[in-house]
Amino acid sequence: MLAERSHLDWLESEAIYILREVAGQCQNPVLFFSGGKDSICLLRLAEKAFRPGRFPFPLLNIDTGHNFPEVIAFRDRRAAELGERLVVRSVEDSIRRGSVRLRAEGESRNAAQSVTLLEAIAEFGFDAAIGGARRDEEKARAKERVFSFRDEFGQWDPRNQRPELWSLYNARVHPGEHVRVFPISNWTELDVWQYIRREALEVPAIYFAHRRAVVRRRGLVVPVTPLTPPRAGEPIEEVSVRFRTVGDVSCTCPVESSAVSIDEILEETKSATLTERGATRMDDQTSEASMERRKREGYF
Amino acid sequence: MQPLRFATAGSVDDGKSTLIGRLLFDARALQADQLAAVEKASLRRGAAELDLSLVTDGLEAEREQGITIDVAYRYFATPVRKFIIADSPGHEQYTRNMATGASNADVLVLLVDVTKPLLPQSRRHLVIARLLGVRHAIAFVNKLDLAGYARAAFERVRGELESFAAPLRFDSLLAIPGSALRGDMVVERGERLDWYGGPTLLARLESLPGGADRAAAGPLRFPVQLVSPPRAGQPRSYMGRLESGHVLAGAPVVSLPGARATRVRRILVHGAERDIAVAGDSVSLVLADELDLARGDLIADAARPPRETRSLETTLIWLTARPLRPATRYLAQLGSRRVAARVSNVETRLDVDSLREIPFEGEVSANDIVNVRLALQAPVFADPYEDVRCTGALILIDEATNHTVGAALVK
Repeated sequence: MLAERSHLDWLESEAIYILREVAGQCQNPVLFFSGGKDSICLLRLAEKAFRPGRFPFPLLNIDTGHNFPEVIAFRDRRAAELGERLVVRSVEDSIRRGSVRLRAEGESRNAAQSVTLLEAIAEFGFDAAIGGARRDEEKARAKERVFSFRDEFGQWDPRNQRPELWSLYNARVHPGEHVRVFPISNWTELDVWQYIRREALEVPAIYFAHRRAVVRRRGLVVPVTPLTPPRAGEPIEEVSVRFRTVGDVSCTCPVESSAVSIDEILEETKSATLTERGATRMDDQTSEASMERRKREGYF
Repeated sequence: MQPLRFATAGSVDDGKSTLIGRLLFDARALQADQLAAVEKASLRRGAAELDLSLVTDGLEAEREQGITIDVAYRYFATPVRKFIIADSPGHEQYTRNMATGASNADVLVLLVDVTKPLLPQSRRHLVIARLLGVRHAIAFVNKLDLAGYARAAFERVRGELESFAAPLRFDSLLAIPGSALRGDMVVERGERLDWYGGPTLLARLESLPGGADRAAAGPLRFPVQLVSPPRAGQPRSYMGRLESGHVLAGAPVVSLPGARATRVRRILVHGAERDIAVAGDSVSLVLADELDLARGDLIADAARPPRETRSLETTLIWLTARPLRPATRYLAQLGSRRVAARVSNVETRLDVDSLREIPFEGEVSANDIVNVRLALQAPVFADPYEDVRCTGALILIDEATNHTVGAALVK
């Protein structure tokens, strides 16, 4: 009878267990919902964990102001369909308050969102924040616990993580501290797409192939937007692309693709020769330790 | 099929990072940008060729010190199976992280350097892994290239390993000769080890059993995580994950505390009714009787219930620099249950070199393995760890710092 349980069943069951531990241990949790594929899976897992009851947490999105409009529309619609509360806090407000200062107007706000995120956590007094990060994404993430402690400054201390044995998670914190919780830590990009197919989950249109004006820069396909204009001498092409990951417009690149269905995305994912972040993120390429440094400062 | 989880361990400089890099590289689990990053980093460090050890070392602090500090998780798949690697630190100071990696592992892959005698740290890894219930071990006897691929050198290490590990009673312990650097016996057999007829490391990993079947064969244990109150015609249900055994609709069960007998009326999986659930399934159970259970209570096999007790004899692994204080109140977390605890008696310490229990003296400090009695403020429901993991494993949390300071196994 065990042989019938698939790999996805096992991952799903583990994630539900983790979500329920958050509900059982934490007073005031929140779930990060960006409208991206990983957090779309989190919402389905939360439905499976808590329905017919309501979710024991609101949804939170940090709006960098540099968004793909389709994703924002999808985010709002999905939250409304579920009948769950969505809280949006924006980097713009942090800029107005002076807690975020950018060197240039068009600069990537990806790192700046850590500030807004920590401000939101402080505003609501959240003691746990559930996110859709996966260990296969990036090498600093590969080291992260499922329940990952953050001090009163929101910092991750990779040298001094709480030991995490079996599935005995310790979410205890003092006031002002919190834990980040990653229910799909053990999922890979392929698992996420397989789950989206199995559960027939809707995803924003930008995950499917569409024609878009781009330039080619350092091996990346960079979309041409008001925030990411072409540089001098870069020819603009219109090519068929899709996004593998959805983040801040100013640092997220699509990949060339003709995949117009989930099945085709799965085929591409199986034969991909670049990792998800390697193919798509401008900000991770700046230094070997970009993600580690951002995470230490409270980044999601 | 459930993925096979294996923990890797070894002493500093045994070549563990190189082995994992090699395994991922030869199994074609690395992608072009990861390889490019490794190539770039190799060049920067002045290496003449691709330094595969750089695939896994993640943190800045680790690169500065050239050692692995914390467990890193890696994922790869072959056509046969999916794998989760818990790449665990070798340095003695980080033994607690090795224990973290081993606690969920089905298999230990121990790196041993053929050019050295068996090091204390390697013995410690074998002991901790076995203590934590890892049943299968593979010793990858590395650096055969530095020993002229000599069979005698391998046999010496194998003899040493087998005589040390015999009392640990692994279900299997296989020594494999090889070279992570040259790629011999990792994924490919290579051409220098004709005298070895056994499987490569990957072939061995593909063939070993996972832990799921064993958990399913145990007695029913269902720690209540959450209670879903009755609403709109829906009865009260108990949410949780079946950690051991299986449950059938209609089966007689007991609830703890109090060992009250009842039956399972319905098994719900995300709203859908099921006849059976097995260990590993997250489900909701509806019971035949109105018992007011709460988070931390347990639903168990009526014929084989666990002990309900306020005193536990345990083997305790101390995980933190601050020594154990017998006067301090800790929180013991066992399944979904948390109760205040005191260490009432430290009896003996396990000497990992001789495997002997020696009378305890002084203080219990980081990485010590001691036999202690825990006195608990409220009852817990316990089984010997060797029999049932979920009711035999607990962590100790320092109430003041909230740190996880100890991991204990019920005897």
